[in-house]
Amino acid sequence: MKSKTIRRWSCVHTWTSLICTVFLLMLALTGLPLIFHHEIDHLLGDAAELKVMPADTPQLDLQQLVAAAEKHRPGEVMQYFGYDDEDPNGMIAIMAPTAGTEPNSSHTFMLDARTGEALEMPSANGGLMMVMLRLHVDMFAGLPGKLLLAFMGLMFIAAIVSGTVLYLPFMRRLKFATVRQDKSTRLRWLDLHNLIGVVTLTWALVVGVTGVISACADLLIAAWRTDSLSAMVAPYRDAPPLTQRAPATRLLEIAEEVAPGMKPDFIAFPGTRFSSEHHYAVFMKGSTHLTSHLLTPVLIDASTLHVTAVAERPWYMDAMGMSQPLHFGDYGGMPMKILWATLDVLTIIVLGSGVYLWVVRRKAAKPVLVKEERVT
Amino acid sequence: MRPRQSNFWKVFTTPTVIALLSAAGLFSALLGDGVWDALSWLGLGIPAALALRGLLQRR
Repeated sequence: MKSKTIRRWSCVHTWTSLICTVFLLMLALTGLPLIFHHEIDHLLGDAAELKVMPADTPQLDLQQLVAAAEKHRPGEVMQYFGYDDEDPNGMIAIMAPTAGTEPNSSHTFMLDARTGEALEMPSANGGLMMVMLRLHVDMFAGLPGKLLLAFMGLMFIAAIVSGTVLYLPFMRRLKFATVRQDKSTRLRWLDLHNLIGVVTLTWALVVGVTGVISACADLLIAAWRTDSLSAMVAPYRDAPPLTQRAPATRLLEIAEEVAPGMKPDFIAFPGTRFSSEHHYAVFMKGSTHLTSHLLTPVLIDASTLHVTAVAERPWYMDAMGMSQPLHFGDYGGMPMKILWATLDVLTIIVLGSGVYLWVVRRKAAKPVLVKEERVT
Repeated sequence: MRPRQSNFWKVFTTPTVIALLSAAGLFSALLGDGVWDALSWLGLGIPAALALRGLLQRR
């Protein structure tokens, strides 16, 4: 590599890193407790605990659960019902003053599917972990915040790529994993920066890319609404507003008939952003490990209960679905969470050492890279 | 100075193997539980262990 080429890549690496470092540090720090949010909820007693009842206790039907939810929060409407993988008897209910209310103003709680009893989920509506989540997702700044973080994610990816290119000239004379301990603090940290950076490369890239995709989720959902949803509900464009909603009782049976072999993931009620003004949307997921992250919406007319359409999944909705586990690290048990946290801390060390190396280099009389080129 | 091909692979062989291992680790747990999870712990454990070894080693 010519020294001019190296200098160019070095410039790219320095500036993309400097732009994103503060944000990446914030993301890595807030992401750390989020990896364990489940365990933290249980520890703090914030997790909803369902009563112990005989295993064959029958469940209420969906309309009875809707009624139970509406009784629990009078004056609010159902937005979503979600299915809890951990406990089939725990239904997650999301309600708000109107169906179109934005997600951060909604109220999330759990319904015992056998009794209709409502259990609060404090950490889903506020508290310290919610602050962590909001900082991590949008810095309390809504869509502009998400897009800014998406841009920082792109800078991070560029920094990773340019860092990998620079790995070659820096490591040409060194064996893999060499950490020079006895020369200077700067050389020790340069070697560590290179070593940790290169071994965490794949993980950081995957978490970076999936983070960018997740940060663009609002845009992807909006695209889905204009691309697929609006075509499917086109016949309803001039239909009068829904006044009487047919009971939700048989929604799952109806959806399972047209999407055989799939399992329900969540139900979007009419008027929410995952449905139309005139439809229930039952989002079905695949029954294998891999396909359980891919959702197929079944649109059911909310007054006649006829299936309007089984929606195609555009590729970007699949990308969004697959991004979630790959970003959260919640798909391989506790050992994976611990490794995820370790790699997260290692990324913080790479970011910190990067800033340190930049500061030291700026202080030095001679540019470090030129000096090193001469030595090699 | 143009790097010879051998130079490139001398530097990048080990990192490439590690990168592929972690990619396999990230992917395998998506496919199933049990042995698939164990594979992912191995794939992600290797980079974590190598990094920690470098950090903790002292002359």
